[in-house]
Amino acid sequence: MEQKRKSNLQTLKKRKTMWAYIFLAPQIIVFFIFSAYPIVMSYVYSFYEWTGIGPLSNFVGLDNYYQLLTSDRFWNSAVVSIYYIIGTTILGVGGALVLAIILNDQKLQGKGFYRAIYFLPVVTTTAIVGIIMGNIFGINGFANQLLLNVNIIDKPIPWLTDPVLAVIVLIVIGSWKGLGINMVYWLAGLQSIPNELYESAQLDGAGFWSTLRHITLPLLKPIAAVIILLSLVSGINAFDLVKTLTDGGPNFATETMDLFIYNFAFSSQLGGGQVRMGYASAAGVLLGMFTFVISMVFGAASFGKQITKFRMNKKKKGGVSA
Amino acid sequence: MIATKSARMIIHVLLLLFGIVWIYPFVWMVFSSFKTNQEFLTSGTTLIPEQWHWENYSDAWITANFSGYFINTVIFTVATVVIVIVLSSLTGYALGRIDFPGKKVIMVCVVAIMFIPKGYTIIPLFKLVSAMGLDNSLLGIIVAESSGAHVLFILMFASFFANLPKSVEEAAEIDGAGFLTVFTKVMLPLSMPIVATTAIMQFIWTWSSFLVPLVLTISKPELRTLAVGMQNFVQTYAVDFSGMAAGATISLLPVMIIFIIMQRYFIEGVAGAVKS
Repeated sequence: MEQKRKSNLQTLKKRKTMWAYIFLAPQIIVFFIFSAYPIVMSYVYSFYEWTGIGPLSNFVGLDNYYQLLTSDRFWNSAVVSIYYIIGTTILGVGGALVLAIILNDQKLQGKGFYRAIYFLPVVTTTAIVGIIMGNIFGINGFANQLLLNVNIIDKPIPWLTDPVLAVIVLIVIGSWKGLGINMVYWLAGLQSIPNELYESAQLDGAGFWSTLRHITLPLLKPIAAVIILLSLVSGINAFDLVKTLTDGGPNFATETMDLFIYNFAFSSQLGGGQVRMGYASAAGVLLGMFTFVISMVFGAASFGKQITKFRMNKKKKGGVSA
Repeated sequence: MIATKSARMIIHVLLLLFGIVWIYPFVWMVFSSFKTNQEFLTSGTTLIPEQWHWENYSDAWITANFSGYFINTVIFTVATVVIVIVLSSLTGYALGRIDFPGKKVIMVCVVAIMFIPKGYTIIPLFKLVSAMGLDNSLLGIIVAESSGAHVLFILMFASFFANLPKSVEEAAEIDGAGFLTVFTKVMLPLSMPIVATTAIMQFIWTWSSFLVPLVLTISKPELRTLAVGMQNFVQTYAVDFSGMAAGATISLLPVMIIFIIMQRYFIEGVAGAVKS
């Protein structure tokens, strides 16, 4: 009897295992074809000089990498990307924290309304936003006309045609676009702080600033690591905005790394320059490594915690079923 | 935290003023779309058009083919959302509810995938989709957009299913329900909040997707989505400003409306993402 029940359980478990694999199969299959294979091939391509047409025949070893690392245009794009990543993280994550602290006030009316307004740019199509902003910050655009009207300036500011200003405008718009999502992240962090802590701080006579410094900010530290990491990683992919707002101009001043890759891989098909898929792939591999290093440095702390949490959860569950 | 009434009043004024500036680009876009090109250039900072030129919309919709872009975008988005929900709910269920050999390895892989940037896989993906002959229809961009591992959704489904009590499926199993029946009749309906969150988030992402449709429709103008069509419109008709504004409004309004209606799901989904 006991034996039979055990073997029944055994077959049930085997059947469940089989179903688990069946459920996983579609995701795993499409993942291997459309994600894993392209990743592997992007490494393979990077060792070839290839126009994208015809067979991969011209093996050049590490030459593409050598050319990239000695190319001023590549290093320029790396610097632009780093400016963009750091700029959007400081403005977007910092600004979002201020806004979240204000909106977390229990007694503030209309929180949902404000939250929706400040979140709105997040849901809009970045490529479209780039086009609209390109108009607003054009030489005869709305921004200049407004500033001229109120006599702050007496001649139009070349927002997008001055190399330094263009980078700044790009960073400000990128931060504006992403701030809402960081605000929601911060609000989630703020809401996980127990109210009793604030109440007892109030009883102890702590004011707004000392509560902020000694309770709120220290308790936000773990989530801060995650938010900063997410912002850094999303800053690496600035393509949609850069492509539509400045297209890398003036004279490559705003060409980020992912736009650099795109330009060598695809834009030449629309005229000018030559297609260098291998070269672009090598730049992609370097960008991937760059992302990986950033993720490792900033993610190490928060992920270490998450994995231990996951293990603990698993143990708890194991205990219940035993 | 902020005690006095007057302080709160000042905060309201600041939040409102700043909020107007915050969404002004969209307000400007909508009002500009009703002006003539002449008025667009000469009206300066005046927001309200002298006359409401609705024909800008019919021009954009018919002449500039935004109707085609719109339909492409709807098909592309809906198909991607459905595929992503199916893939992530199945994967999440297996990972969250069943103990099987190899689970740990898959779990680690799922998390590791999160940090692989898509930027450079687009070249092989472009070649692959052409080689498979999928670049002649919307299927190419649908497959490319929906096939990645959607880690966030997988984890959301996995943790939801993991936290359901054992008794849920035991009751159904005693009634003789098989594995599939338990999943489709019991588990999936229970997970509706996760399905809704996944749907709305993926909808907004896919609607806004740019690089994949841009690259994969490079030689196929009839397959362009709104974002790609818009970019092409601006390159072709650089001086049709009110047409640009009308096209942009057509492209952005649907997501904005859906966000406003469904914002609870979306914001909770985003907040849940960082918590987990």
